Amino acid sequence: MTNNIAVAVRDLAHSYGDRKALAGVSFEVKRGEIFGLLGPNGGGKTTLFRILSTSFPSTSGQATIFGSDVRTQAEAVRRRIGVVFQNPSLDKKLTVAENLRHRGHLYGLRGAPLDDRMKEMMERLAVADRAGDIVEKLSGGLQRRVELAGGLLHRPELLILDEPSVGLDPGARRDLWLYLQRLREREGVTILLTTHLIDEADRCDHVLILNQGAVVALDTPDTLKEQIGGDVIVITSRTPDELRDALKERFAVEATIFNGKVRVERESGHAFVSQLVEAFSSMIDSVTLAKPTLEDVFIARTGHRFWEDGQ
Amino acid sequence: MSSFLLATGTLWQREMVRFLRQRSRVVGAFASPLLFWVLIGSGVGSSFRGAASGEMNYMEYFFPGTVVMILLFTSIFSTISIIEDRKEGFLQAVLVAPIPRSAFVLGKLLGGTTLAVGQGVLFMLLAPLVGISLSAIPAALGMMGLVAFGLTALGYTIAWSMDSTQGFHAIMNLFLIPMWLLSGSVFPASGASQWLRWVMMINPLTYGLAAVRWSIYGAGSAATLNLPAFVLSLAVSVVFAISLFAAAILMTRRTK
Repeated sequence: MTNNIAVAVRDLAHSYGDRKALAGVSFEVKRGEIFGLLGPNGGGKTTLFRILSTSFPSTSGQATIFGSDVRTQAEAVRRRIGVVFQNPSLDKKLTVAENLRHRGHLYGLRGAPLDDRMKEMMERLAVADRAGDIVEKLSGGLQRRVELAGGLLHRPELLILDEPSVGLDPGARRDLWLYLQRLREREGVTILLTTHLIDEADRCDHVLILNQGAVVALDTPDTLKEQIGGDVIVITSRTPDELRDALKERFAVEATIFNGKVRVERESGHAFVSQLVEAFSSMIDSVTLAKPTLEDVFIARTGHRFWEDGQ
Repeated sequence: MSSFLLATGTLWQREMVRFLRQRSRVVGAFASPLLFWVLIGSGVGSSFRGAASGEMNYMEYFFPGTVVMILLFTSIFSTISIIEDRKEGFLQAVLVAPIPRSAFVLGKLLGGTTLAVGQGVLFMLLAPLVGISLSAIPAALGMMGLVAFGLTALGYTIAWSMDSTQGFHAIMNLFLIPMWLLSGSVFPASGASQWLRWVMMINPLTYGLAAVRWSIYGAGSAATLNLPAFVLSLAVSVVFAISLFAAAILMTRRTK
């Protein structure tokens, strides 16, 4: 059973001085899956990333990767993980090839085997023609690819990525995902990534939603969305409170008011919408009907929006 | 052990390449001490009559002090990059790589030391201008290396505890530059007021500079008359370098 587990986290907590960044987080990641840590900025994702990547030890709790403790057996963990940082961990004054060579040396790779592996990774990530270019002259997307090549040089079994698609255009983001999926399928690499993008979390096998350092939800994206119960109907009204009370009286529906809009979760939403509009046409300005997203899961569990104003 | 050396070597090499690619850094760490030497040296000129200076003119007295200033500046410039590098650069990857922290610290310090000594040697090519033989260069190499290693380690421990490069600049102006000024580089302790002599006596760089002077002039020269004894200078410099190296490793291990 334990052989099947890539990452096991129990009651992990971390504080920066008085500020609690993680407050007792527990979860497991199975081998060969793509696992997403979803949450708003400041939710604790990056702290969790840094602890799992062995950048610094947690204040309390335990995390093991392939059975080795990230705090007490950091070296064993480091050999088996590849880490991709949000700000690429590249020396911007050096060329692509120089960066990869140094990175390889840090993992004990050298000589012809390192040359071969560098060539292979540069070709796979389509940066081979940029091998001699200074990194600071490359676009953000290319730098991310070089960073990924560096993180994979030593053939890690687990790849940990922090916000891998930040700063990438949609095309580059799609390429990145295709590559990650292929990596998982062909080489069985387990992938753990943090993201603040709802659609990105949707592509993961399991999603852990973090808010203010605590686990809000943990399951497959589909299961989480099913728990919402059918469709999400959002109604704009000049009198949201009245409408909410009227809905309860007439249809026995528990509606909530959210950002001035009335929000209802309901199965067969389309049928309900027509009843709704017929009954309260004078109170309704507009109605939207949508399948639930992970954002709806977040709202349902925390009572506030995923994106706070200004983000 | 070989993976330790591989890591240390690769990090050392990275320092070299980085430095040489940044022309402004090469020039900056060399040109401003050179300018100080020419301006202050010529300015003070013959008004300098120190008890410690013997027959020496001021340009010559100030020469080893300028060498130490070059060592200080180059060491500092090579460690100040740690602050940014750790937050969003190559260092992030180094710190999650399966190498001992000491291998990383050693690579960084040896890199800074090599660069500092290289710049110091470059400046020492001017030695014949003040009547010092070029043979002083190989003689002083070891001491320059020792002092540069200590200063790079000092720069490392400061940089590691800083969040911003601005903070480092403040330390540079309030602590490092005075440390250099009060090492006997600009004026000898013998002519200074009593309290200043005490400060100079507890300043470790006083002994570093003395060790460099001893290695340039050798025993029996008038230029070393009022210096701390050679053995004492060497001992203090060794202890300084080793303790700061140890402090740098400890701090790196304890990173939160």
